[in-house]
Amino acid sequence: MTQQTSVLEPSRRPFAGLYAGNVRAVVERGLMALKTNNWAVFVSGFVEPVLFLAAMGIGLGPLIGGVEGPGGSEMSYGAYIAPALLAVSAMNGAVYDSTNNVFFKLRFSKLYQNMLYTSLGPLDVAMGEIYLALQRGFLYATALMVVMSSLGLVTTPAALLMVPAAVLVAFGFAALGMGITSFMKRFQHLDWVNFALLPMFLFSATLYPLSVYPTGIQLFIQALPLWHGVELMRSLSVGYFTPALLGHVSYYVVMVLAGVVLTTARLRALFLR
Amino acid sequence: MLQNTPGSEPGPSLPTARGARPTVIRARGLTKRYGDFTAVDGISFEVPAGESFGLLGPNGAGKSTTMRMIGGVSQRTSGELEIMGLDPEAQGPLVRAHLGVVPQQDNLDEELRVRDNLIVYGRYFGLDRRYLRAKADQLLDFAQLTDKANARVDDLSGGMKRRLTIARSLINEPQMLLLDEPTTGLDPQARHVLWDRLFRLKEQGVTLILTTHYMDEAEQLCDRLIVVDHGRIMAEGSPAELIRRYSTREVLEVRFGTDRNAAVVPQLAGIGERHEVLPDRILVYAHDGEAALEAIVGRGLHPLTSLVRRSSLEDVFLNLTGRSLVE
Repeated sequence: MTQQTSVLEPSRRPFAGLYAGNVRAVVERGLMALKTNNWAVFVSGFVEPVLFLAAMGIGLGPLIGGVEGPGGSEMSYGAYIAPALLAVSAMNGAVYDSTNNVFFKLRFSKLYQNMLYTSLGPLDVAMGEIYLALQRGFLYATALMVVMSSLGLVTTPAALLMVPAAVLVAFGFAALGMGITSFMKRFQHLDWVNFALLPMFLFSATLYPLSVYPTGIQLFIQALPLWHGVELMRSLSVGYFTPALLGHVSYYVVMVLAGVVLTTARLRALFLR
Repeated sequence: MLQNTPGSEPGPSLPTARGARPTVIRARGLTKRYGDFTAVDGISFEVPAGESFGLLGPNGAGKSTTMRMIGGVSQRTSGELEIMGLDPEAQGPLVRAHLGVVPQQDNLDEELRVRDNLIVYGRYFGLDRRYLRAKADQLLDFAQLTDKANARVDDLSGGMKRRLTIARSLINEPQMLLLDEPTTGLDPQARHVLWDRLFRLKEQGVTLILTTHYMDEAEQLCDRLIVVDHGRIMAEGSPAELIRRYSTREVLEVRFGTDRNAAVVPQLAGIGERHEVLPDRILVYAHDGEAALEAIVGRGLHPLTSLVRRSSLEDVFLNLTGRSLVE
């Protein structure tokens, strides 16, 4: 059955103890498991921002009239909040997967423990699971993009850049979300995530400009991740390119790196003690 | 069953029918501490390829921790450990590519169906999908689960889940199989089916490392074993050797009634090599159990019941690790 090699050649791959170059297997498993998942849950995460867009954009929009968009251009209220809601849906999708689903796999189904008893390393597992969460964010954002264009809220080809931007936003939230979830021990801890996300959604210049706040609060909101996503999306939606976009992108790149490093370290600490 | 024991000869290359067998596990002064608690306290052992090696000990003796260190999923505090020449901490994924692991508790993927469990697990080892489809069918057959291929995992019985876990551990054709209490919680039929499957693997040259606290299982499956208690090795050898060294050939069990057992013991002085008083009976360790019984009757003592049996590993185990319940 086996050729008995009693001495193995050590692997020269960097981080040989952490990474086996097999992220794909983790992703495949996630996609296969998705088949048995409840699709209603999957869809509900997408519907939420659409409802907001309908209620605020179509209902509230005419009362408000035109608002000042990026670069001082005048735009409808619906067009103003739609990109922000796109960032929110990317965030929601990524966070849902990287908190609830990851928590279950971490504490109950022991999936990661299982994976780490094979030749997968913690970095493979972290990247694969983050990818799955990111993918959900991407799907939500793309679907919302379709809704936006059907409502006539996409006016410039540059707005298509919102799709890769949504991937970046989802990647950031997925990576950091999974890292944070790895510290959670009880279901109640998951509630804290919702407790943090709702105000972030409401106050990150999603529904009105940041300028309504005093400086101190402005600085605080600018430190939060969603604000960068909202600003990024809103600028791209009208094709208004400024150096500030680089700052927003960098914010997410750092978030992604921090999240991947944190998640890998945590998986290692939890399962390879 | 025990004719294949490598004997007491130390050293890495034990001569067998198949020639010298190289060492696949080498542990020296292996230690694991959790804070103040020492789970594994400087144990050393070597396992040659193709051997069936057992770790015996009461709960909390450090068996599972040792297994986890071999698999590289637990980092040792000190000491040396080489699995097929590699340090499992530094080269975890590579070492585990050649290991099969059957954990104490089944942790099958409940979101996947039976056959998919095998295929997906194989993908974790980076194995080719075409190979896996054929291998999965072969293993389902081996585990007698072919007609359950598309069943949900939670619809399987305990024995079936265990067999699936073992089948899963073989997907990468491992050279070494780590089995942590493989038959705990199974009914006798399921245990015998499992033992049969493990025998076949052993015949194919797979190195088996198993922990158990079933002595009959250890006698059935292990060429050689170590008895661990409080993280230390108490004894090492083949089951037959251990019985020879730590017990007598036979054991006479006599019952005088719960009230009288302890009172009778002084009158047994000189009969057999050693006595052990249990609440319900007295064990007389003797080379010849029948002769010992005759001697007891000759002293005018009349046990209510008596039984002569051969010594088993259980006697060794109790002798070495004590009778008190260890938690």
